[in-house]
Amino acid sequence: MTLKLTNLLGAAAVSVAALSMGALAASADTIKIGTVLSATGPASFLGDPEMKTLELYVKEINAAGGVDGNELELVAYDSGVDASKARTFATRLVEEDEVVAVVGGSTTGTTMAMIPVFEDAEIPFISLAGAVVIIDPVKKWVFKTPHTDRMACEKIFEDMQKRGISKVGMISGTGGFGKSMRDQCLDVAGNYDVEIIADETYGAKDSDMTPQLTNIKNTEGLEAVVNPGFGQGPAIVTRNYKQLGIDVPLYQSHGVASKSFIELAGDAAEGVRLPAAALLVADKLPDDDPQKSVVVGYKDKYEGATGEPVSTFGGHAYDGLMMLVEAIKRAGSADPAAIRDEIEKTSGFMGTAGVVNMSADDHLGLDLTAFRMLEVKNGDWTIAE
Amino acid sequence: MAEFLQFAFSGLTVGAVYALVALGFTIIYNASDVVNFAQGEFVMIGGMATVFLTALGVPIPLAVVLAILGAVVVGLLLHRLAIEPARGASSVTLIIITIGASIFLRGLAQVVFDKQFHTLQPFSGDTPIVVGGASILPQSFWVMGGAVVIVVLLWAFFNHTLIGKAVLATSANRLAAKLVGINTGMIMSLAFALSAAIGAVAGVLVTPITLTSYEVGTLLALKGFAAAMLGGMGHPLGAVVGGLVVGLLEAFGAGYLSSDYKDAIAFVVILITLFVLPTGLFGRASVERV
Repeated sequence: MTLKLTNLLGAAAVSVAALSMGALAASADTIKIGTVLSATGPASFLGDPEMKTLELYVKEINAAGGVDGNELELVAYDSGVDASKARTFATRLVEEDEVVAVVGGSTTGTTMAMIPVFEDAEIPFISLAGAVVIIDPVKKWVFKTPHTDRMACEKIFEDMQKRGISKVGMISGTGGFGKSMRDQCLDVAGNYDVEIIADETYGAKDSDMTPQLTNIKNTEGLEAVVNPGFGQGPAIVTRNYKQLGIDVPLYQSHGVASKSFIELAGDAAEGVRLPAAALLVADKLPDDDPQKSVVVGYKDKYEGATGEPVSTFGGHAYDGLMMLVEAIKRAGSADPAAIRDEIEKTSGFMGTAGVVNMSADDHLGLDLTAFRMLEVKNGDWTIAE
Repeated sequence: MAEFLQFAFSGLTVGAVYALVALGFTIIYNASDVVNFAQGEFVMIGGMATVFLTALGVPIPLAVVLAILGAVVVGLLLHRLAIEPARGASSVTLIIITIGASIFLRGLAQVVFDKQFHTLQPFSGDTPIVVGGASILPQSFWVMGGAVVIVVLLWAFFNHTLIGKAVLATSANRLAAKLVGINTGMIMSLAFALSAAIGAVAGVLVTPITLTSYEVGTLLALKGFAAAMLGGMGHPLGAVVGGLVVGLLEAFGAGYLSSDYKDAIAFVVILITLFVLPTGLFGRASVERV
């Protein structure tokens, strides 16, 4: 509903703009937008759904008459996780393909490599990667759609504060995701009166965390445990946690927000809490939730078209593309600078990640409501709030 | 005391798996002088094949047998297609061939199976047993018990069967073994099949605890190699002791020192062994092969 309304407003704004400029509406041009994603390789779990989402929705937008009668053309490259490849493709997008905007960058590494290219060429760039460094400090031409690990920490600690928990043990993966989130959690813990009283780590391929968890268990005054991590590690931590009979609440991160976590951790996952995007529980949102229509709409479309279960990562691509399309409509032109200005003015945009309100000093525009606190009950996610 | 026991259980469970991988290294090394870095892939094949067969509706016991047979076939093919054609090449060349084979097998596993992590139901439930304040999963007993059974069977095989003695003879002196009528080519095939089977059994036993995916073999091969080096390359008892020691060192290191260095411990073991005790704990006093 909200989306439709903004569409209408956008269309109205555009017709006014088109009348005054008289150029855009007259000739049906193609608007070229670019993307560089990690569609194959170790980060394909990010890039693959992102690529499919972009292709799906560009096709759909064109079938519905394009953006104000102008057809969208998606120029897509697959960089794997290779940052230097991503940079080469970014240069090609700018110099050969002459795109007006870019939605892409599956990983923080590839995104950071591409940023200088788009900054130099003055092309708006909406990144789909996680780390906070992408938009902090703010770069004029760079935006991003996914929530950050810092927000995940804040969401967890906020929930702990509500439950009266203040003494917390951490067990973190040493991979990029776990390490970065561990640092962010340590950084914000104080803001929520949370004290980290145990701090252990495990390697990416560690297969038994009982020694680390035994140390955490034996820490005096322990009230909860947080496990920033990704992949199979958190599932093993959860199993070991149950094995050792640790009876304080366990919090996982949004890094394991997928069904496979529950499958791998089995019964041990019962009662585990984690912050995650609304997309994961699309069907369970109450009907009056303003985000429900967006996430259910995207989920049904993606699952119907690909036959694969929806992931939050594809959702980030959806958010990026839709925000860009609305910005192009509002700008009423395919001029990169005009598009950039309009992206920055995005407000009240309802995406799969939450409500986006951008400003000159916030190129992410999400707040903590973007995360839902979930709890595993009877082998399924439930909304804990 | 409770935490000491907890660390010890953790170390023994993981160590038993390292020991089985190290045994695989040892058997192939003895029969052919090849250090087979694709040993970890046998563990992966055992676990992954069992997971996928059970997903297809095959009952677990049958799935386990089929997975082990599958690994044996892969082991035989590895020998026939990769090692045999390069016979007479230097050991460095052969090692590089096995590393290539291991990369190939990982790639193949991504296509045949998938890139996700999988688990198996524990064989006898997942209610931990509490011993002296430390809790241990029933599956850990399966892993340790399985390792003991395999070691006993191997010992009986090598010491009480003609064919086992033929393997020992081949490892002692290939030329002499050939001269007394032992089919050394067949013995080498047997060694690869045996190693693959042991690896696959380890994979099946440990999957309910550690989960499995196409790439679990890499790290296991390195840890198993460290264990085999520590015990003395080519010495079966050394492989078992080496595996348990590496597992225990990791658990105690992570528990009492810092978990940051858990994975580094195996490599420190390799380095110290090479510097201080190049032949390993049980290795014969250096018999240089020239």
